Amino acid sequence: MPTIGIETHVQLKTKSKLFSGAGNDARGAEPNTLINHVDFGLPGALPVLNQEAIKLACKVAMALKTKPRLFSTFDRKHYFYPDLPMGYQITQYDQPIIIGGQVEFELDSKPKRVGITRAHLEADAGKSTHPAGKDYSLVDLNRAGTPLIEIVSEPDMHSSAEAKAYAYELYLLMCYASVTDGDLYHGNMRFDVNVSVSNNDILGVRSETKNLNSFRAVEKAVDYEIKRQIELIKRGQPIIQETRGWNEAKQITTSLRFKENADDYRYMPDPDLPPIVIDENYVNKVAETLPKLPDFWRSKLFKLGLSKMQIAVLLDANIDFSDCGYLDLIADFANSNLDVKSLTNWLINVDIPLNRESKTQPNIIRFSLYESVIRLIESGKLNSTSAKELVARLLSSEKLPSNIERFAKTSGLLQTNDTDEIETLVDQVIKANPKAVKDVLGGEDKAVGYLIGQVMASSHGQANPEVARTLIMHKLEP
Amino acid sequence: MIRHSWQALDKIAASVRRGSVRAIDLTTEALSLIEASSEYNTVILTLKDRALELAEEVDRKVRRGQDPGPLAGVPYIAKDNFLVYGGEARAGSKILNGFVPPYQATAINRLEAAGAICVAKANMDAFAHGASTENSDFGVVKNPYDKTRVPGGSSGGSAAAVALGLVPFALGTDTGGSIRQPSSFCGVFGLKPTYGLISRSGVIAMGSSLDCIGPIANSVADAALVVEVLAGKDPLDATTVDRSKERYVTKPLSLSGLKIGVVKEYVSDGVAADIKQAFDQTVADLEKAGADVCEVSLPSTKLALACYYIICPAEVSSNLSRYDGIRYGYHDASSKNLDDSYLKTRGRGFGKEAKRRIMIGTFVLSSGYYDAYYKKAMTVRTMLIKEFESAFKKIDFLIGPVAPTVAFKIGEKTKNPLDMYLADVLTVPANLAGIPAASVPIGFNEQGLPIGLQLMSAMHSDRNLLGLAMSIEGLS
Repeated sequence: MPTIGIETHVQLKTKSKLFSGAGNDARGAEPNTLINHVDFGLPGALPVLNQEAIKLACKVAMALKTKPRLFSTFDRKHYFYPDLPMGYQITQYDQPIIIGGQVEFELDSKPKRVGITRAHLEADAGKSTHPAGKDYSLVDLNRAGTPLIEIVSEPDMHSSAEAKAYAYELYLLMCYASVTDGDLYHGNMRFDVNVSVSNNDILGVRSETKNLNSFRAVEKAVDYEIKRQIELIKRGQPIIQETRGWNEAKQITTSLRFKENADDYRYMPDPDLPPIVIDENYVNKVAETLPKLPDFWRSKLFKLGLSKMQIAVLLDANIDFSDCGYLDLIADFANSNLDVKSLTNWLINVDIPLNRESKTQPNIIRFSLYESVIRLIESGKLNSTSAKELVARLLSSEKLPSNIERFAKTSGLLQTNDTDEIETLVDQVIKANPKAVKDVLGGEDKAVGYLIGQVMASSHGQANPEVARTLIMHKLEP
Repeated sequence: MIRHSWQALDKIAASVRRGSVRAIDLTTEALSLIEASSEYNTVILTLKDRALELAEEVDRKVRRGQDPGPLAGVPYIAKDNFLVYGGEARAGSKILNGFVPPYQATAINRLEAAGAICVAKANMDAFAHGASTENSDFGVVKNPYDKTRVPGGSSGGSAAAVALGLVPFALGTDTGGSIRQPSSFCGVFGLKPTYGLISRSGVIAMGSSLDCIGPIANSVADAALVVEVLAGKDPLDATTVDRSKERYVTKPLSLSGLKIGVVKEYVSDGVAADIKQAFDQTVADLEKAGADVCEVSLPSTKLALACYYIICPAEVSSNLSRYDGIRYGYHDASSKNLDDSYLKTRGRGFGKEAKRRIMIGTFVLSSGYYDAYYKKAMTVRTMLIKEFESAFKKIDFLIGPVAPTVAFKIGEKTKNPLDMYLADVLTVPANLAGIPAASVPIGFNEQGLPIGLQLMSAMHSDRNLLGLAMSIEGLS
């Protein structure tokens, strides 16, 4: 049976770095522009802890269903590398801010619980690049000192699907707790998966595949490792405890540089940083600012009659398109006794796909938009084809028109309920489609739909299909 | 010894503020005194251009009727491990050759804001590793009282410069006695304040849990005025404490009824006869003045030196990791790859003593040895802190010699690093405990070499310690 544990680095969304006043959001910044004397490791530079990071760490603890520890400390982890300016990384080795906790999720309709061993604050290193064919390397220190929280899971997972589901649930938790931007593409969350296989109760030798930045990569890397290790055992070869990397192009893991000696980081308490000391009062105050977590929304939306699949789509989209505030919108709809199910269908079938297509998230007052659109449909003034068109136009408008019905009308999107007008069209269609008429008279219901379609087409989508149906049935009554 | 004599700091500043003396003249005077005394090698470089600019600025303020501050126009020298605009900061080590700081130490900023002018960088043992200033990459400093002797260390340049009267005061750093011991060797007053009282930001670190910044001056009152300017919370140093309400400029304490403890372990057989004699004389004087002097035992002080030479090198090995020649300082251009670059730059840039301490520190922090050395040393440190705490519940001050001997001969201890380490034996306990400690001159031996008395008091009682130092200053 395979056993999997995952270490996750989550980049905290503080304004400034963990120990310096330099800016923290390095996305799109020119190399080495977000640094100051601390990040650059100048002589005499001292780290000073960003208080916001403590607050976010407390929220992480709450998202992991535990409490932050009231006393924690920082240590120095030493190694030499050009992207580590001080020659040591500041981390919490001996006394982390979080011990314990859990992540719970559903997989194939079964509940799954993964324990959390610990989580600690640490400063990220810079970024090294080694241009191919050149005799130099480049170092960008923009990321140096970025606050991370490293969440270490218990080895509680036993399949790639569980590993992927855990990683995804952790992503939801961190995003909903509002501790990270959750931008996986920019490495805001990075997963290290530890995999071992064994056919008895004794754990096998594990490999660690580092720096996976997508849920799919987590799944594939675990699959690959399980397969690789089982094959090694079958061939009677030993599994080496080692660090591996993920080759996205080839979809395989590869051994990273083999080290003869075990790493000795010479950990020591960091004398520049006093311990983090917080009290219950502080923790309670932070708890008051904790946003609603995924489980709250799951149970709320479920009670409103949404399916698990719909809930999952909405929870995900709510992160990608945070400006749209989908979940709050649904809650507001429910509070106003409006049709939540219709709204959900609109969001999932139209609104979200439009955003994904345009890669934008128009910040339109969706409440009024959907309230009007759904009312127009209910009152028979708008058919579904035109409604789609109307929603798309409204979403891409600069500002919502003050009267949506009038806007729909002037845009020629309202359907006509004028029986005389439709009757003329029906007569034309009956005349032009003798075969279909014959089929209807012969009892073939499908042909009715065809005739309605013809009426709709000649009305440019504006005829009320129900009116058309009634008229057709009436005229073709035997 | 040609010795220039400066007025008290408050008097100098008063004259400048009044406009009767110009800051530019004081700066020029200090710079020419430094030049004239180059044989003592107290200074690594002068900051002439910037100093003159700052002096002009002070004079301009006076002319405009603005207040340039309580240290208006006072020239001073900073130890080379302070980052000061206008010149390289190398901490006495060539591995920092070419490093001109892009930011300035908080201490220097505060002094500048008070009107003081940093005219030069004092010579020192490289990275403050040493007790004689012989371990400088810029040559040994000579003792103003005997040029064949050391000035003490590692703030030897600062102490010698003040003793020579080149400037009215200097800044030093004290990690295991580096302010007190050279002050004692050079016959000046030196204070190591409570740990965290003065910001370490912009001061090249040695042992971060031990490093203290302090003044070296001709009088206790001068030092107190400097502390008043420097003390207080700094947002750039998380270990600083907020003592903004405390005043350090104080009056001599009345000795009558003061409870003063002589640390038994400090006056053992290891202390030279001339030191012992001067010390006993001071004890007699204190008693005559009404002080209640008793003997106090602090058993853990015997372990302090061993403990210090584990904790300090551990922190040194960590703090010196950043000197890799990649971003600043000396870089060996002949290196072929990354590993080679680390080996050559650090191998050639660091001196023997730095390498020795890096190796000791690396060893004691290594997995498998951490518990036996570093952790045990930290346990002893806690014991020592508790012993000091309980002693200060019963008595007001502790006293003892600063060093076991007077200034020793140049070259006398360079062969054996252990001998050099032993020079710190009486000063390291105060650093391990974080308590304030000072060296006050109490006289000379038969050869005319100065002797200092060490005073120690409870955490954050710096003001009282200065008060006692003033009283002792007035005894002779």
